[in-house]
Amino acid sequence: MFKRLPEVAGATVAITIDGAPFNARAGDSVAAALLLAGRAACGTTAVSGKKRAPYCLMGICFECLVVVDGEGARQACLVPVRDGMRIETQSPKTEPAA
Amino acid sequence: MARDYDIAVIGGGLVGAAIAWGLAREKQCVVLLDEGDIAKRASRGNFALVWVQSKGLGLPDYVGWTIRSSDQWPRLAAELQEQTGLDVCFERPGGFALALSEAELAARAATIERIHRQPGVPTFAVDILDRAAIEKLQPGIGPAVVGGSFCPLDGHVNSLRLFRAFHLATTQLGVDYRPSHTVRGIKYASGGFRIATSAGEVRAGKVVLAAGNANATLAAMVGLHAPMRGNHRGQIVVTRRMPRFLRHPVVTVRQTDEGTVMIGDSYEDASDDARLTLAISAVMADRARRMFPILENATVVRTWSCLRVMPQDGFPIYDQSEQCPGAFVACCHSGVTLAANHAYDLAPMIARGALDAERLAPFSARRFHVQKAA
Repeated sequence: MFKRLPEVAGATVAITIDGAPFNARAGDSVAAALLLAGRAACGTTAVSGKKRAPYCLMGICFECLVVVDGEGARQACLVPVRDGMRIETQSPKTEPAA
Repeated sequence: MARDYDIAVIGGGLVGAAIAWGLAREKQCVVLLDEGDIAKRASRGNFALVWVQSKGLGLPDYVGWTIRSSDQWPRLAAELQEQTGLDVCFERPGGFALALSEAELAARAATIERIHRQPGVPTFAVDILDRAAIEKLQPGIGPAVVGGSFCPLDGHVNSLRLFRAFHLATTQLGVDYRPSHTVRGIKYASGGFRIATSAGEVRAGKVVLAAGNANATLAAMVGLHAPMRGNHRGQIVVTRRMPRFLRHPVVTVRQTDEGTVMIGDSYEDASDDARLTLAISAVMADRARRMFPILENATVVRTWSCLRVMPQDGFPIYDQSEQCPGAFVACCHSGVTLAANHAYDLAPMIARGALDAERLAPFSARRFHVQKAA
């Protein structure tokens, strides 16, 4: 669905999304990487279990929560990708331990 | 005097909107005069409890008045939903105040006992429970919780949706809602009121002051008295949405129908609601995580401060003017809890033209005049 603008350059950043390798680019947010990887949803809401995707892309809506390197409930739109980063989609199973 | 409306309600917050809705149900022709979006609004900043257990120490009639509203709340929620289609998510599962030390528990028990030992207080259940009893009702409490009080009448709502529902419902019943009509003066003449606003004059046969802390200024224009604190600031911390873990509201921690957890109930002597005291938020958050360890890693998504609407002695003021017949004042701290009474009890009295002395005399501002009278 999403395509990268041709004039945007940057070094390749290797991350994993739910264990699958994906090549993002330096400067991408995790949310941008998820959208480029074709992930229609980044997780499910804790309340109803419905799917959620990045929405406001500016830190306000909290719809894009993901698990980053084992830390849950991170806002994907505010976290830049980093080489070796492990992204997991958010669900009750990946809620941080109480 | 020519009138535009039977009644003008000044103040479009929860108190004013509840009264306006109640008046419209009594077939009155009502205008609701409100300020703009930047009005200081407790209706937007409140903690949304429908709360009974800690009310009325010092004014026994306030206990019965509060219980009555709690009992009328299911009817209010149902009627608003039927009329507007909005579910205000009223729940009355019973609520707790939790103690984090034996001293806190003893103080809590003493307060509850003092409330109940006042003459004229109706019988209602508030139980002091130990840790084990609380854990049965509400799993997930932390080891720091030593006990607490529980009242089955306590509950909560989605107060933003309540605010929306009242505004939608008043408009549907023909109330003329006028935002950005800040009231600057009220003149009584020939059995009616001329109200000067920032957007022109409005004329009405009666006037109801429901403008929160601003009632202190407005009351003097129509021979009424409404001494308000104006400096009773509270703060709220809100977490991200979490799987439901709270079955019951706690007076300082509640989980909303949307999954977020609100942490509240601070008090600070301050009047600037554009500022937060982080040291207070920190204490609130620390107490909340000791009560419920699941909050240890919860992400905070919002915090705010808000001024409580607070009469000088903490109790509601309902009064009618002798000098300007047809002028009424209503102000109270608990605009959410008392919303049902304001719609179903107070508004019909105002529509009839007189407050029911037997029920509302204890809430007259005459109680502030003791020294002058002596």
